[in-house]
Amino acid sequence: MDIFQLQGYAYFGLVTLMVVILYSYIYHLYSSEKKGTKDFEKYGNMALNDEIDDAPVEKISKDEKK
Amino acid sequence: MENRPLEYDYTVAKMFMLTTVLLGAVGMLIGVILASEMAFPGVNTMLGSLGLNEFTNFSRLRPLHTDSVIFGFTLSGIFATWYYVGQRVLKVSMAESKLLMFLGKMHFWLYILVVAAAVVSLFMGITSSKEYAEFEWPIDIAVVVVWVTWGLGIFGLIGIRRERSLYISIWYYIATFLGIAMLYLFNNMEIPTILATSPAGETGIGAWYHSVSMYSGTNDALVQWWYGHNAVAFGFTVPIVAMIYYFLPKESGQAVYSYKLSLLSFWGLMFVYLWAGGHHLLFSTVPDWMQTMGSVFSVVLILPSWGSAINMLLTMKGEWQQVATSPLIKFMVLASTFYMFSTLEGPIQAIKSVNAIAHFTDWIVGHVHDGTLGWVGFMIMAALFHMAPRVFKRELYSKSLMGTQFWIQTLGVVLYFTSMWIAGITQGMMWRAHDEYGNLAYSFIDTVTALHPYYTIRAVGGLLYLIGFFMFAYNIYKTMTSGRRVEESELQSASPMAA
Ligand code: HEM
Ligand code: HEM
Repeated sequence: MDIFQLQGYAYFGLVTLMVVILYSYIYHLYSSEKKGTKDFEKYGNMALNDEIDDAPVEKISKDEKK
Repeated sequence: MENRPLEYDYTVAKMFMLTTVLLGAVGMLIGVILASEMAFPGVNTMLGSLGLNEFTNFSRLRPLHTDSVIFGFTLSGIFATWYYVGQRVLKVSMAESKLLMFLGKMHFWLYILVVAAAVVSLFMGITSSKEYAEFEWPIDIAVVVVWVTWGLGIFGLIGIRRERSLYISIWYYIATFLGIAMLYLFNNMEIPTILATSPAGETGIGAWYHSVSMYSGTNDALVQWWYGHNAVAFGFTVPIVAMIYYFLPKESGQAVYSYKLSLLSFWGLMFVYLWAGGHHLLFSTVPDWMQTMGSVFSVVLILPSWGSAINMLLTMKGEWQQVATSPLIKFMVLASTFYMFSTLEGPIQAIKSVNAIAHFTDWIVGHVHDGTLGWVGFMIMAALFHMAPRVFKRELYSKSLMGTQFWIQTLGVVLYFTSMWIAGITQGMMWRAHDEYGNLAYSFIDTVTALHPYYTIRAVGGLLYLIGFFMFAYNIYKTMTSGRRVEESELQSASPMAA
């Protein structure tokens, strides 16, 4: 097997791996919302309530000083 | 001073808004000159009597057009919106950090220096001859400094944020930063000729500012189009998606339709885009499997692209009357429609048998401009229209002017891409037509004659777009200087605009 063939197989393997990762991510997104551990849709409000004195959707806990 | 309530600080955003408008006008003006030169070759020598032919001919002006619209107009738009959106969705003001303010201003002034150097050197004909990477090494180094300064600003702001999660737009801005950094560095690996030794033993070759690429032949082509294609990805797509994910929801008052879909499209886009560059090199000397991969990934690319675009259209669900009433929403909805359009057209052109006809023809130029004029241009102008009342605390000067601009420019884009489709396919078919013995049916000049009407139509379309851009510039200028002053409460969602 020469280097080019090796490159081809390595490339194919990498692509397959990344497809698996991507699909697991999709599964994670939807299942964690179904189980109620996470609510992704609330993040959409970050664009709507973006005045500096609006309450953050999720506050950074350390940041209480200001 | 001490007790003034905290406010967002748009100083740097305003500076970049100015360059967006100025460099956009210059770049598009040059575009119209180029288009006229192709329709009427005499324009190439219009300043001949002054002995200035060198500066007006097509080949000298073309890189000035591409670089001023990409690295001038588009990049300024990206920076302007970053310095606006970044603060707002992270809920932190630049006024809170002297360092970030300083970095922001330094970013702007260094950028201006690079722009000046680039414009002067390109006008003088100094170029490394790689498309979209024409700058010579001293400018490249300065570009890296500008980019790093921007990066420090991004991560600095993220570091002091109040909002724990990063809004989807921020992800896209970060991807823009990282993507371009990687691409630019790799593609511009070059050696100043003055340090090189020729096979014959000569040293100190050429002017100090000249350089040669570190790659050659097929490798050079591969790196160049890996860069070129992803410059489209991370300059014309990713940051523009960042803008629409913020400005459309904000202007319409509707949260993004599906936040999950936006995350998914983000990773999909990142994953697929980097592999698609091979479609610029079909039928060339790069390995066959790489060309096929390029084609396949191009087709797959429809999915994440449409994922974002459809998400935007669905964000308008139940609120479609806004498209009729607000010209600002019109710009954004048409932008995402043109995004869908060019990301369908691109994959079609990436199919090998189609590319055999399309490559080297005007169809590609048509594809480029339905993407850039319809998607990039419209979205950046919409973003600035949305920002203007908020950064100047004034009402938009004229809604009717905005509406007129919309229709003039839409007509301009349509004339541009339809003429280029016909021209491109005509050209592609004529080049390959042959008789039963394999003799070519047409000579090159036959195609030039056949294309003349379409080149003229393109020049007219381009001129309409340019006129619209001047209307935009005027509207922003009048907003800044004489718009009615508005209260904070009028700026919640839909932008206030005077009839
Ligand atoms: C799914 C997305 C897309 C795909 C698969 C795609 C595919 C292609 C293909 C096949 C070419 C022609 C290569 C050739 O034969 O020379 C091309 C050229 C080009 N496309 Fe796209 N395209 C996409 C989206 C876009 C978008 C959204 C823009 C801009 C806003 C854009 C800008 C360009 C540019 C500037 C070129 C010309 C490069 C050059 O030759 O200088 N593309 N694209
Ligand atoms: C007033 C509007 C414009 C006109 C009339 C115009 C005209 C032109 C012309 C005549 C060319 C040369 C095509 C050739 O070599 O055959 C060109 C190339 C190009 N323009 Fe524009 N342009 C306009 C606006 C823009 C904008 C706003 C952008 C980007 C944001 C843009 C990006 C490009 C790019 C990337 C190329 C290189 C295409 C390639 O290599 O295939 N143009 N334009």
